[in-house]
Amino acid sequence: MSARSAAQRSPAVANEDGSVNPRDAAASVVDPEIRVITIDELGILRAVEEDPASGRVTVTITPTYTGCPAMDVIRADIRRALATAGHPDAEVQTVYSPPWSTDWISEGGLAKLAAAGIAPPAPVPAAGVVSLTLAVRCPQCGSPETEQVSRFGSTACKALWRCRSCSEPFDHLKAL
Amino acid sequence: MNGPFDFTVGLADDALIAAQRLAEWTTRAPEMEEDIALANIALDQLGAARLLLSYAGELEGAGRDEDALAYLRDNREFRNALLVELPNGDFAVTMAKLFFLAAYQLPLYTALAGCADERLAAIGAKARKESAYHLDHGALWVKRLGDGTEESHRRMQAAVDHVWPYTHELFAADPAAPVDPATLRPAFDEVVGPVLAEATLIRPDSGWAPAGGRAGVHTEHLAFLLAEMQVLHRAHPGANW
Repeated sequence: MSARSAAQRSPAVANEDGSVNPRDAAASVVDPEIRVITIDELGILRAVEEDPASGRVTVTITPTYTGCPAMDVIRADIRRALATAGHPDAEVQTVYSPPWSTDWISEGGLAKLAAAGIAPPAPVPAAGVVSLTLAVRCPQCGSPETEQVSRFGSTACKALWRCRSCSEPFDHLKAL
Repeated sequence: MNGPFDFTVGLADDALIAAQRLAEWTTRAPEMEEDIALANIALDQLGAARLLLSYAGELEGAGRDEDALAYLRDNREFRNALLVELPNGDFAVTMAKLFFLAAYQLPLYTALAGCADERLAAIGAKARKESAYHLDHGALWVKRLGDGTEESHRRMQAAVDHVWPYTHELFAADPAAPVDPATLRPAFDEVVGPVLAEATLIRPDSGWAPAGGRAGVHTEHLAFLLAEMQVLHRAHPGANW
């Protein structure tokens, strides 16, 4: 676990005045409900802009689901991370278009999800139709012999699955 | 209806009232997984409602935000279709309502995603992905109960018969709206027909078509729902988490 924990931390390097690049600071914020993955890896961090004159930082994020209750925490965490990094004047904007897709989760993010026991989503099929019948591999033992227990899980973005080979239940991040 | 404000409030209220009804199942659903599923769907509906109400408040330009619109309107000012305010009944009635609502909202949001209003288009593009899951979930239960035991079949057919008349109001023509609901009926029928057939359920004959929700004329059930939903905000104006 220690190696993975270290890798999760921000790669940010401090500047001469002790401040950290605002993009790196915002990107280091972890998702409050899936704490192994950063908001950057999750694909919900859309932009970080710093006004060179005033130093004001504007961060743009997008929700995974419209009703995601973690958004307020994420906004607060971003402002806190920026303040710690030397950017106290920060604003967090929320945009809804284009809509978030699980395809935006980075390769590293997918690997972290799997390592944490959350089966990562398959690529979203084209043309709007959400296919729900793809086989999902067990993140514990790798078996494809799995079944869906419920398409809605502990958070809006997850479904509850069970492995028929090792009998372990697991979360699956739904393709969206 | 009159302009984009009324249209947007109508969609918002559909989502808001559906969320409130679904949330009534929390801690009472027939099984744990279903409890979580219904709460999740309620959360999606609430998310869409918040976006739509916020936008409606901006369109109105009278300084009302999402909370003012959700908590400080009386029942005659709500514009939701009657279907979403109907009591939950048994689980079959809830599933009939969920299924028919999703079969309407999915083509609605899909059409909105391509409409000229940028804000509504963004909300539609976002919400349609979630609606696809709602539709799938509702259809699954309609099939499971309809094509299940004698008793589950009897109850599911009774639920479909009970809710069906209220579906017509969803498609009342509104040619001036960003999306005319009348144009969504074929997509609804295409989804609903095969699911009912697979569920061995009979599609009711179209006859009685109660309506009035879009004009603020509701069933007696809405006022009770609002009393519960609004009591905290009205007792403690400006209350916040």
